[in-house]
Amino acid sequence: MTENRIVCRNLTKIFHGIHAKQDVVACEDISIEIQPGEFVTVIGPSGCGKTSLLYMIAGFEQKTSGMILVDGKSVQSPGPDRAVVFQEFALFPWLTLRQNIEFGPRERGIQNDVMREHVNSMLRTVGLTAAESRYPHELSAGMRQRAALARVLVNEPKILLMDEPFAALDAQTRSTLQAELGRLAKLLNLTILFITHSVEEAVLLGDRVLAMSARPGRIIEDLAINLPRPRDPTSPAFNEYRRHVDLLLEQATRTAADTETTAN
Amino acid sequence: MTEQITSFTDRPSTGEREALIRAPVWLRKLALRFLVPVIFLIAWQAVTALAPTPSLPSPREVVDSWLVWIFGPRLQLQWYSGTWIEYVLLSLRRVLAGFAIAATAGVTFGLVLGWYALIHDLFDGVINFLRAIPTTAWVPFAVFFFGIHETAAIFLIAFGSFFPIVINVAGAARQTPRTLVRAALMLGTKPRNIIWRVVLRAALPAIFTSLRLGLGLAWVLVIVSEMLAVQGGLGYALWSAYQFNRLDLIVAAIVSVGCLGLASDKFLELLSMHALKWQRGLTGR
Repeated sequence: MTENRIVCRNLTKIFHGIHAKQDVVACEDISIEIQPGEFVTVIGPSGCGKTSLLYMIAGFEQKTSGMILVDGKSVQSPGPDRAVVFQEFALFPWLTLRQNIEFGPRERGIQNDVMREHVNSMLRTVGLTAAESRYPHELSAGMRQRAALARVLVNEPKILLMDEPFAALDAQTRSTLQAELGRLAKLLNLTILFITHSVEEAVLLGDRVLAMSARPGRIIEDLAINLPRPRDPTSPAFNEYRRHVDLLLEQATRTAADTETTAN
Repeated sequence: MTEQITSFTDRPSTGEREALIRAPVWLRKLALRFLVPVIFLIAWQAVTALAPTPSLPSPREVVDSWLVWIFGPRLQLQWYSGTWIEYVLLSLRRVLAGFAIAATAGVTFGLVLGWYALIHDLFDGVINFLRAIPTTAWVPFAVFFFGIHETAAIFLIAFGSFFPIVINVAGAARQTPRTLVRAALMLGTKPRNIIWRVVLRAALPAIFTSLRLGLGLAWVLVIVSEMLAVQGGLGYALWSAYQFNRLDLIVAAIVSVGCLGLASDKFLELLSMHALKWQRGLTGR
């Protein structure tokens, strides 16, 4: 097959209600191809099924129809090859920061001394060595998201699936982490699918931006961002892209509002 | 957090000085804790001194009878002399045996019941039916089945305290945060290990709460079963004292049970503080 890392073909997700009338179509007929090392951001109005899309690729949700291939193999269940970073961090509150990062290697049966070395270098990479014995609730939100990133990167995944990972952070921390993520993505040659509701974030980070319509979620545009990195969010070229995506989303939301009025 | 702030502002030059500053605080707390019981005892002594009645013993009389019960010579036909330690150990042993069975079975089965939908559907009805039967209703059955024997008491205690444990643990297991389960799966945990890696850990605070509930019930049931089903123990003493019209001994036995119940609960609380140290500063004040 192709050299694509992630392929979705005619992917549809329907959440079944008690009656057929209550069925909710989360995503409809989504086809995407993502190459190794690509950073793809997904943006769309809230409730458009972007999280469903990500969770299907992660293996958390079963697709209703269509096909998902990762490195040519069909996705059945979650696994350490597809790392997920959640908006709410999802660190295990009963483990210290170091134990949280050790969780993956332990589950995969990595030898203790090898693991210790990996964990140490990962703690250094994300700058959390000094906080390694603290529990998650003793860390700031920024540190928690860094820890969540370290926890998956220590498994050396090829794919990183991120579900609005920086939405709960303050602006300062967010821009620091955005820069760090951009650096790590290139350094580790990660393939990233990144969901966000911030247009600026989508254009800042993505090699491509996928814009989705309101429910049922469809891809309405696949936009390549041809700007050199690091990107300057105040430059005219950046704003050009931003205005374009803004307009797309506005249309998508307006259509959603129309459908709702008709439904009522 | 508070400690950090005080140590920062006070900045005591020596440890000695720190002790001087802090001692009154815990002393005051200790004094406050005992204030109400002491006032109660004084009032009780005053009432019995001012208006003595044969039906109400004074605290003094209670203590005297208690001392005989503990240190008196062991005599035939006088169960209330020198038997206290033996009775305490008997009750304690029954509670420990019954509670250990209830805790092990309740936690294990509770996790499985809460986590696996099929097990839940199979057993939920049965458990709710059995739970609706007051444990005391099983006393005749237990005595009939096991006879006047230790097993009857241990069965009642284990059976009765199993239900609050299993129900609470199952409820907590069912509420395991979904993101944590997903996080473990994507980090490589096998689905069949999720129950130990995530569900058990996430339910731990509720497990300790349920164990404390179960232990409280175990003390209720040891007294009931000693009154009705087995020989010896504090419940047996309570009932015998009633038959001998010895209110002083009844009071001594009640206070004994209270102290044992409190001590065993404290032990569980300490254990839970150790096991849940990751929660410190996360909940409550």
